[in-house]
Amino acid sequence: MKYYDRLSIELSRPGRKGFGLREAPAGALDCIPAYLRRESAPKLPELSEPDVVRHYTMLSQMNFGVDTGFYPLGSCTMKYNPKINEEAATALEGVHPLQKAHKGAAAVAEGLDKALAEITGMSHFTFQPCAGAHGELTGLMIIKEWHLRRGDTARTKVIVPDSAHGTNPASAAVCGFHVVEVKSTPEGLVDTEVLKSIVGPDVAAIMLTNPNTLGLFEKDIKEIASIVHDCGGLLYYDGANMNPLLGAVRPGDMGFDVMHLNLHKTFSTPHGGGGPGSGPVGVRKGLEEIADSVKVSGFHGNFGVMLRAYAYILSLGRENVPMAGRLATLAANYIKECLKDCYKLPIDTVCKHEFVFDGLLEPNGVSTLDVAKRLLDYGFHAPTIYFPLLFHQAIMIEPTETESLETLDAFIEVMRRIAEEAKEDPELLHTAPHNTPIGRPDETTAARNPILHW
Amino acid sequence: MPGFRYFPCTDGDISRMLDRIGAASLDALYSDVPSEYMRSGGYDLPSAMDEQQVREFFRDLASMDPKLKVLVGQGAYDHYTPSVIPYITSRSEFLTAYTPYQCEISQGTLRYIFEWQSLICELTGMDVSNASMYDGPTAAAEAMRMCVACTRKRNTVVAYSGLLPHVLEVLRTYAKYSGVNLVETWDIAETVAEGTLDLAGVIVPDINRYGVIESHKGLAELVHEMGGLLVEYCDPSALAVLKTPAEWGADIAVGDGQSLGIPLGYGGPYVGFMACKQEYMRKLPGRIVGQTTDAEGRRCFVLTLQAREQHIRRDKATSNICSNESLMALWCTVYLTLMGPDGLRRVNELSCAGAHRLHDALIATGLFEEAVEGPFLKEFVLRPLCEVEKLQKCLADAGYFAALETEEGYVTFCVTEKYDDAELDRVVAVIKEGLL
Repeated sequence: MKYYDRLSIELSRPGRKGFGLREAPAGALDCIPAYLRRESAPKLPELSEPDVVRHYTMLSQMNFGVDTGFYPLGSCTMKYNPKINEEAATALEGVHPLQKAHKGAAAVAEGLDKALAEITGMSHFTFQPCAGAHGELTGLMIIKEWHLRRGDTARTKVIVPDSAHGTNPASAAVCGFHVVEVKSTPEGLVDTEVLKSIVGPDVAAIMLTNPNTLGLFEKDIKEIASIVHDCGGLLYYDGANMNPLLGAVRPGDMGFDVMHLNLHKTFSTPHGGGGPGSGPVGVRKGLEEIADSVKVSGFHGNFGVMLRAYAYILSLGRENVPMAGRLATLAANYIKECLKDCYKLPIDTVCKHEFVFDGLLEPNGVSTLDVAKRLLDYGFHAPTIYFPLLFHQAIMIEPTETESLETLDAFIEVMRRIAEEAKEDPELLHTAPHNTPIGRPDETTAARNPILHW
Repeated sequence: MPGFRYFPCTDGDISRMLDRIGAASLDALYSDVPSEYMRSGGYDLPSAMDEQQVREFFRDLASMDPKLKVLVGQGAYDHYTPSVIPYITSRSEFLTAYTPYQCEISQGTLRYIFEWQSLICELTGMDVSNASMYDGPTAAAEAMRMCVACTRKRNTVVAYSGLLPHVLEVLRTYAKYSGVNLVETWDIAETVAEGTLDLAGVIVPDINRYGVIESHKGLAELVHEMGGLLVEYCDPSALAVLKTPAEWGADIAVGDGQSLGIPLGYGGPYVGFMACKQEYMRKLPGRIVGQTTDAEGRRCFVLTLQAREQHIRRDKATSNICSNESLMALWCTVYLTLMGPDGLRRVNELSCAGAHRLHDALIATGLFEEAVEGPFLKEFVLRPLCEVEKLQKCLADAGYFAALETEEGYVTFCVTEKYDDAELDRVVAVIKEGLL
């Protein structure tokens, strides 16, 4: 990666143009009165087409992606993004969202709905939500509506484990619920005794991701489901961690009433530097009509992302779906076993798609941040760090099923080398990364004196 | 077991890894899952397709319906997409990256987001933009919530009934479940001036659902006097020529970036934008990129002001948004950089000239009459004096999606720079032939 320090506006020269449009008739805008017109033209850059292509190509070369290297980012499921999916994504490119009775669009929605329902054990999916957090919010709206239609207005609380993704409590708050946190047991699981003590007629739902953010399967899920159902609440499944269950376990079978999937995680669609994603929400039988009635985005959700996910399912088919989750689980357990003599493993048990170390076994003053930054020097993306909040030095590793054993071994070797470096030359890690286009940025100044545009 | 092209591990690799773990089989890794939940019977899914079959499947899918030229807007506009854009956005380094948490190896993403924020500020006249929202309607919903957050204890947001229908629908949903009192009205000034509301904000469009450009003269002063914030929902393409939200005195500007060259794509992915005045910066939802330096003084960019966000503040965050529509923000950024001020103006001139040509020719057929008053840019409605179903059918048979019927029984048209005079004359000829 090479440092390149330009912004488009700095390449701008008056009179350059990058567009090829026919001339407009003179006075074309005269019909719009002056008081409705802006005073001066916006200061957009003026660049030629080759300038634009080179600028963005140079920018791209300062970026790390799944195609350029291993991306073990916990809870993000950075699996390979198949290229045929990108072709599929353009199938309906010219179709306006208000065109009625579109057979192609209907075939995709129906086919994908059926496939996802089969994979998850739910009855029906709505594709409106544009991302995982949007799915959570939509799911909670569905739950709220269900309670309201039963005339039950007393359910103002949503239970969220302390290990949950930050979006869970945030989504519950946006949906107007009061969030009640439930502490984890020392084994990292939901404490059913504590849960029993907080459920009641004011609980609308519990939000769970299973396996949880420690990568541990909530083995008491049956008891959890009955505790919540018995008090009249519903179970929400946060599908961010669905990957190890892909082809192995169905949330619907475990008693979940409402769930979302992240098509950009489990179903291989690219993350695009932070979206577009897609967070379809599945519901059990009886909630389908409510699910379809909740309108949370402009048209039909991120249809282009749905097309990609559908291509993925058709490519895997019933023959290969059962392998996806198992191979992801295999890779995570392999890394965990190969590194637990160098990194602190607070909960030493079989994991699912991811697991969490609590820093180095012999830190010698080296923090998780230092380890993460040093990994960049060796050509790997860092794991998720300082999450979940249960451990101070959390390093959350999720390898996915699309990495070769050679890649996993190379990562393990580098992690071990970093553990050695920590003992011998901690300063090298405190000042890492050393081989990247920039070093650690001054984030304090960025927040204190925000410069947010040119 | 048979291999699959996305799974690199061979049978030998799997055995080696299981040995290292000390597990007897892949299923032994699921010993913590109660056996009743392990799916034993397989899945009722289609059989795996090879790549050629997948390609053909989607080609067949694309040809199930006739391809129509689009002369309808209503929140999704058929502007031309320059070839450079999909070429740039499909670069793996952009496409297959995650959110730029590790800034040292994400400067590409962070820089284009900074450019996007800057461009949105230029178009809207606002001080601060975030990194993107899901789409225009959800950006409007977040603006509604932001009005409540910025005004403390005030809970009523007044929305103009002339907002696009899909924007109003999403506002209603968010208002209902997050407890905002949403009031819809055709007469904003009267509703606000009554002064009986605990007014948090007012949402108005730059161009209403009939395509008419709205004047907001004096509105900001009135709203501010009543203690609320003014939000403007804008078409960013039109902002090249129309009075900006800042010039109208708005506090927050939102809208959909789709009109900046994003293909129709049956409704998504698009991208919402959201910008505001400096004083409300810390109430903005979502990600924001800021400029700083590294230890060697090199200019660089980072995610900043994160204390507003869900991964730090959990239930106290300004919003639950996490993933946004970053790649589509890149799409619009490249579009605006290619077009520049002159290109974006040209898009508006060509669209405006075409729309007026079509409008006048349709009136001249005697099959339509004016429905609403006021200046328009690229979109307009007419009152049909003919049978709408027959009109739509004759257009569809000739390859056009046009004359979509509105709730009021008007028909709506939209013309972009993609349609030249000859094409528009053909549309009129088709209508005449079919209905006269």
